[in-house]
Amino acid sequence: MPPLDPLPLAASASNLLAAREQMAFTLGFHIVLSCLGVALPATILVANYIGLKKGDEAAFELAKRWSKAMAVTFAVGAVTGTVLSFEFGLLWPHFMDRFGAAFGVAFAIEGIFFFLEAIFLAIYIYGWKRLSGWAHFWSGVPMFVTGIGGAFSVVAANAWMNQPQGFTLNAAGKVVDVEPLKVLWNPATGYEVPHMILAAYMVVGFLVASVYAVGMLKGRRDRLHRLGLLIPLTIGLIATPIQLFVGDTAARAVADHQPAKFAGMECIQESGGHQTEYVGGVCTSDGVKAAIPIPDLDSFLVGFSADTKVTGLNDIPADERPPANTFLHLSFDLMVGIGTALLGLGAWFAFVWWKRRDIPKTPWFLRAVAVSGIASILALWCGWIVTEVGRQPWIVQGYMRTSEAVTDAKGIWFSFGLVLLVYAALGTTAVLVLRSMSRRWREGSDGEEAGAPYSPPAEAAP
Amino acid sequence: MSKADAAAAILWVGATFYALFGGADFGGGLWDLVAGGPERGERPRALIQRSLTPVWEANHVWLIFVLVVLWTAFPPAFSAIFTTLYVPIALAALGIVLRGAGFAFRKSIVGLQGRRAMGATFAISSVLTPFFMGTVVGAIASGEVPAGGNGDAFSTWLQPLPLLIGAMFVASGAYLSAVFLVGDARRAGDGEMERYFERRALGAAVVAGAFAVAGLFALHSEARYVFDRLTGQGLPLVILSLLCGAVLLVVLLRGGRRPLRPLAAGAVVAVIWGWGVAQFPYLLPTSLRIDQAAAPDPTMTIIFVVFAIAAVLVLPSLGLLYTLAQKDLLESEH
Repeated sequence: MPPLDPLPLAASASNLLAAREQMAFTLGFHIVLSCLGVALPATILVANYIGLKKGDEAAFELAKRWSKAMAVTFAVGAVTGTVLSFEFGLLWPHFMDRFGAAFGVAFAIEGIFFFLEAIFLAIYIYGWKRLSGWAHFWSGVPMFVTGIGGAFSVVAANAWMNQPQGFTLNAAGKVVDVEPLKVLWNPATGYEVPHMILAAYMVVGFLVASVYAVGMLKGRRDRLHRLGLLIPLTIGLIATPIQLFVGDTAARAVADHQPAKFAGMECIQESGGHQTEYVGGVCTSDGVKAAIPIPDLDSFLVGFSADTKVTGLNDIPADERPPANTFLHLSFDLMVGIGTALLGLGAWFAFVWWKRRDIPKTPWFLRAVAVSGIASILALWCGWIVTEVGRQPWIVQGYMRTSEAVTDAKGIWFSFGLVLLVYAALGTTAVLVLRSMSRRWREGSDGEEAGAPYSPPAEAAP
Repeated sequence: MSKADAAAAILWVGATFYALFGGADFGGGLWDLVAGGPERGERPRALIQRSLTPVWEANHVWLIFVLVVLWTAFPPAFSAIFTTLYVPIALAALGIVLRGAGFAFRKSIVGLQGRRAMGATFAISSVLTPFFMGTVVGAIASGEVPAGGNGDAFSTWLQPLPLLIGAMFVASGAYLSAVFLVGDARRAGDGEMERYFERRALGAAVVAGAFAVAGLFALHSEARYVFDRLTGQGLPLVILSLLCGAVLLVVLLRGGRRPLRPLAAGAVVAVIWGWGVAQFPYLLPTSLRIDQAAAPDPTMTIIFVVFAIAAVLVLPSLGLLYTLAQKDLLESEH
């Protein structure tokens, strides 16, 4: 037992908690950066295209700035993504030992996409000066394709953990045959993959727009800020209604495929028809407290009829119920709530734009956009909490418990503590660096540092 | 050749690329670390930064490739290694984070203090990361990783051989990097930097060679199986590596302007494949054979397909990236 271990539990139980916390934290950190890797290229390419097609200097400038920011976020994303692949072995070695041969297939494919994305991203972000306009634009297009392909492979791997198939186990539980296509196209792939790709486009759209909304609230109303708001906001607002449709489909599929997860996230205690939809509240075994109840709605959402029978937690064996019921339920509600609010934001914007080809004049619109970035990240985290915590106690639904997968290695609490410290520094520095880049752009010094890494600060340089 | 052997060969190809290109990037960090104060180190640091910036992330992906192939094609080996050598592996992961972030932040941060802090983070972790990776490889080669995993967390790698291999990793990365940077300096027409890195390539070659010789002795006493095969079936590769190294030394000493990179790469590649031949047919000598750890055939087929796609798509794209970088079409000070 390492001295830092704060919990008076058996080693493995303590390891399980520490490993789950570390995984959740590092995944939550990385997922924001992977959204940028998936969806920022398309956003940049739109601005680049407008710049080339219409000779629009402001659009050009935006594409350049965003690609400089992407150089930083992609580097941090590359290393935090590497940490996750190390963690497969450091935290969950028994999972990899037993199932690496099956679900590793998805990661092997992801490797190709990551490779191509890293290569073309480098060509694009460092090719601004010397490559000709359209050649440079086309060198960036592979990033858009590989971002989607990479998201597909990684999320297909996660979908497989929710709906494992495409493998044969022998009596000893060893994988003896694999059907790679069935692994990739498992029943959850069809809704998890588009759900995540759309989430990436929403996060990037609203996050980038929020930066310019803040700028406009501070009185910077030039064309650059207007375009910087409009391009990403449009992308986010297009993704939102599709996302609500996909998410709704996903929730119905989860009710069918993973009734325990669905019962957990909707706080359904007793199986049966005419299930009440609870908005918010605290889940207890006697029902939901302090929630807004909407009679029959849950049944209706699951099967388009109030009579639809929905499985409750009472029909799930006690040792197969997801933990932290209230947390799960509130996460789900918050995600849906934020998605709905963003849909409202889109309707508001679309109406005003249709009326008078302009963004709404009231500062309340800009304030709403300014918080939409953080809100969409919050929704992203909530969605992953529902997926991952809702699958517990399983790491591979129905086949392997997370407690069987965890490492016996010592010092996981220590490594979690170290990860917290390093990532706090990493996140803080990344934000500071991005902010200082944006300040330099505003001051017009454009961040053209002199040649050497340690040369004096920019103002002294030629 | 069985499917499992072919997958192991693919694993080795990935490791070779990572050692060559990833290794050189780490070496760049070492030269950055020892380049001296802000004024004295300005020019070498600028050259290092210019050559690393557009390529290090792509080079880093080879590591992911190796990890993915290992856990997909040989899951028990992956799990055995990670449950035994988790201390150096976790330290290497920490180093990877600090190296990449430090490097990326240094370019974009304003102010000397911040840059120096980021630069130091980048440079120090560039030395520690390959060292810990080397200890992992050394512990595997010396047969310290039991097939079932859960070997001792410390005594498995805190031994002469793994520590020597770690040091050798650092030195050969520095050697590769110095040779690559000589080429970059020549292209830039910077005679002073050319000679600067020629001297360092020489020094690193001698140090790496010394570690290699010491490593052979340690191999003899700690990893007899690997030693016997390295000096048996693997001998031609060892000799090839020595030859490349020797010719390179001569070229450097005579100050000729002949191409150095193929020789430096040859020396390193021959050692890696010599190690592969020496370990064969074991992934973990002498407790886990390639065929014992192998995933079912359809999984191997996917590995081959992915490798074929990589050969058709990724290698030409990498070629394009390197060509653009070498022709100075990629501006590192974006």
